[in-house]
Amino acid sequence: MTHIGRSFFLARKDVVGIVVLAILLVVVLPLTLDSFRLQFVGKYLTYAFVALGLVLCWGYAGILSLGQGVFFGLGGYCMAMYLKLEASSVENTKIQSTPGIPDFMDWNQITELPFFWKPFHSFPLTLVAIVAVPALFAFIIGFAMFKRRVGGVYFAIITQAIAAVLTILIVGQQGYTGGINGITDLRTLHGWDIRTDAAKTVLYFVCVALLFACILLAYYVKSSKLGRILVAMRDKEDRVRFSGYDVANFKVFVFCLAAALSAIGGAMFTLQVGFMSPSFVGIVPSIEMVIYCAVGGRLSILGAVYGTLLVNWAKTSFSESFPELWLLGLGGLFIAVVLAFPNGLAGIWQTYVAPRLGFLSGTKPTDPGAAPVAAE
Amino acid sequence: MFSDYSLTELGSIFVMQGFAGLILFSVFLLMALGLAIIFGQMGVINMAHGEFMILGAYVTYFTSQFFLNYLPSLFGIYFFIAMILAFIASGALGMAVEWLMIRHLYKRPLDTLLATWGLSLILQQVYRSVFGPREVGVELPGWMMGSLNLTDAIEVQINGLFVMGLTIAITIAVALLMYRSSWGKQVRAVVQNRTMAGAVGINTERVDRLTFGLGCGIAGVAGSAFTMIGSTGPTAGQLYIVDTFLVVVFGGAQSLIGTIASAFTISQAQSTMEFFLSGSMAKVLTLLGVIIILMLRPQGLFVIKVRR
Amino acid sequence: MSAHVISDQMNPDFALAVEGLTVSFDGFKAVDDLSFYVDQNEIRVIIGPNGAGKTTVLDLICGRTRATFGSIRFKGRELTRLKEHDIVLAGVGRKFQTPSIYDDLTVFENLEISYPKGRNVLGALTFRRDAAVRERVEEVASTIFLADRLNERAEYLSHGQKQWLEIGMLLIQDPELLMLDEPVAGMSVSERKKTAELLHTIIRDRSVIVIEHDMKFVEDIAHKVTVLHQGKILSEGPMAKVQADPKVIEVYLGH
Ligand SMILES: Nc1ncnc2c1ncn2[C@@H]1O[C@H](COP(=O)(O)OP(=O)(O)OP(=O)(O)O)[C@@H](O)[C@H]1O
Ligand SMILES: [Mg+2]
Repeated sequence: MTHIGRSFFLARKDVVGIVVLAILLVVVLPLTLDSFRLQFVGKYLTYAFVALGLVLCWGYAGILSLGQGVFFGLGGYCMAMYLKLEASSVENTKIQSTPGIPDFMDWNQITELPFFWKPFHSFPLTLVAIVAVPALFAFIIGFAMFKRRVGGVYFAIITQAIAAVLTILIVGQQGYTGGINGITDLRTLHGWDIRTDAAKTVLYFVCVALLFACILLAYYVKSSKLGRILVAMRDKEDRVRFSGYDVANFKVFVFCLAAALSAIGGAMFTLQVGFMSPSFVGIVPSIEMVIYCAVGGRLSILGAVYGTLLVNWAKTSFSESFPELWLLGLGGLFIAVVLAFPNGLAGIWQTYVAPRLGFLSGTKPTDPGAAPVAAE
Repeated sequence: MFSDYSLTELGSIFVMQGFAGLILFSVFLLMALGLAIIFGQMGVINMAHGEFMILGAYVTYFTSQFFLNYLPSLFGIYFFIAMILAFIASGALGMAVEWLMIRHLYKRPLDTLLATWGLSLILQQVYRSVFGPREVGVELPGWMMGSLNLTDAIEVQINGLFVMGLTIAITIAVALLMYRSSWGKQVRAVVQNRTMAGAVGINTERVDRLTFGLGCGIAGVAGSAFTMIGSTGPTAGQLYIVDTFLVVVFGGAQSLIGTIASAFTISQAQSTMEFFLSGSMAKVLTLLGVIIILMLRPQGLFVIKVRR
Repeated sequence: MSAHVISDQMNPDFALAVEGLTVSFDGFKAVDDLSFYVDQNEIRVIIGPNGAGKTTVLDLICGRTRATFGSIRFKGRELTRLKEHDIVLAGVGRKFQTPSIYDDLTVFENLEISYPKGRNVLGALTFRRDAAVRERVEEVASTIFLADRLNERAEYLSHGQKQWLEIGMLLIQDPELLMLDEPVAGMSVSERKKTAELLHTIIRDRSVIVIEHDMKFVEDIAHKVTVLHQGKILSEGPMAKVQADPKVIEVYLGH
């Protein structure tokens, strides 16, 4: 009986999978890639946080958010605001008409730091804000909508509209947000220069460590009763409700969790890449993040990481050499993954590869909720 | 902010902005009509709707070029022919897409959304490769140029008036088709009870295909109308898709009156605010207003009570 | 006779008191000024032609549909304004007309979700599958004849087994009022017999409302029968009396 065999929240094949991924990210890639390429991987991995959130939110709970870029961006902007303030010390900005405020504010004739920037002088507050601001925002959206039983395509469209609104707002309010260019020219974290290759390598490993923490968290949630309730809700929402659960609360929770995960990714993005801009917030990046998750397999936690890496790797290599082909390829990917491979890489792995590698599938594949999405 | 203007000036501003709003209204309504049919009747989210529209715009552009070069004497009426061609082109593409893709996904609305997004990326790239990345504009026939002066301060463009007239005509045609024709009855029968409709001899697959094609065809006509007031580029369709979806959802998905009312409200709100605020803030406030109202009243403005 | 007069002389021991219940969908009254009372430990069967409003009555009691007028009191507590999950917590369990189970989960997990513990977010995150849970799930599983299929995905059960599973999910909740919408519909003869047996064992110590079309089955289990027609009560009483009622005969044989 499988349910007795599993005392800890990870099944044997999960452990194997995590270890393989860890070896890949911690040993193989750092040893084989030059630091320039490794920085790319680091950047891709920040999107994997978003994809991870989508596995829980979309794959397990059936809630498709087309606004995950909003949370990625909010997390990233929180981090960027802190770094920008550190880079805008009075000393560094003495040529400005108002020294001590970020340069773009000065260019826009703003003479005093806006109130919502002030908390970002403090590093602990920034760390809290990175997770809390997006989670709170997700809570408000989720609470308003799920309590009124809005779901499915309506939820998708409204989250997409929110992504559009936030982008327009950030671009429009140049003086407060840095506008279309975003917040750029970030230099140091607590005096530690984040622009050097050495710093970037360190940040890569920090990012990987955080990613694994989030992966474990995702596994825990998935294997808890809450994970099974999400699957049950996706299937027969009314039955769950009439078994005594307040369904909306569970949806709000998983949406907030996905938002918080995305935000961590966003903050790591800012640190590693050195800027944050509205181009990671809007409709297009948000829906692209969904495809990372879909390619990996919407029900597979580790698949989300592989899917993200693969799609981004393809994007980088194609758009370097054949930019026209990339858009066609991406479009085709959306269609193919929906029509032909609804379970993504993980599905291909499970049906074609894993059966040949008996030692990996120690337990029967009775993964709760890992019901294959039928191709038709 | 009002104190800077005199009363008559304010009056004229409202009239002119109202007129600008009416053009925006026509744009929204034309796009929303096709979507309302596809989403409202079939429950399918077509993210590539904007690209179907752009196809209509390109068809119009090429028709105008053709007339300019080969039939200059008939240039005055090219637009009407272009509109028909646009309808046929977008409609045919729509039916092909339904057959290849959409019909496999009726039970998975969220997946349709992703697949049609993919389609929109592909179409954009195809337009870019085939028609070039530049924006193109059509040449208006002589009778459509110029403007009417209602008073000293108020003038309205003829092409704008024409597009409005066209919008009204298309809306009436769609209403008649959906609520008066036997085909419209079939569509509504299929929507309400697919199995039953099938049982009484309606070819539901054919109805689906034609409905989708019709929605796309109307998008093509909308694109055609757009060329009268703006230029066309490969990515122009994407600019409007979110607004249009909000229009449809805000209007209550299944009602034509709702779509019209919501297109009107949103466009008027946006264009009036645009005069006093920057364009981007007007848009932010309008969209935000719509989103908040939708959060409070998710069923939209007009809704039919249905069994859950 | 208005609903008000009845409630003055109401038996305080009623488990469920429905009074003046009305719901209209765009002017169409699916349930029309309905009043009835269910005693403690009573088995009430509701019958009536298709579209009579039987399912709607259950929907109203469990909060799935909101009443336009009227009151529903369960052990003296007004249900019409409670949220669905609060109605469940008050002790009302409901089985749907078409089997409503979680296809993607195993039989064990299906039952476990209904186990009355860890029903909020935090509780669900920290829920432990301890011996008590396992014992209770296994006990219920053997009651519903599914003891040997605990680890199978529910999708692969037969139609009848799915109906049993849903009944099992209610049992684990241990509701004081159990409402079953056509529990034997679509079952084979032998499954019907087993289900009747099952119902006999589970209805002890609780009130039950059953909707059923199968008259033999109704005769077998009902204490009292309520006949609904076009949203109104046509007749009520013991099976024999109802069967002899000319109005009932006309509705059933008239078309
Ligand atoms: N939410 C709703 N909106 C509109 N009409 C409804 C709704 N719910 C029920 N009805 C209508 O109310 C009437 C009663 O339906 P109900 O499902 O309660 O009948 P029933 O007695 O359970 O029938 P059956 O024996 O077929 O299960 C039907 O005509 C149905 O169409
Ligand atoms: Mg019924």
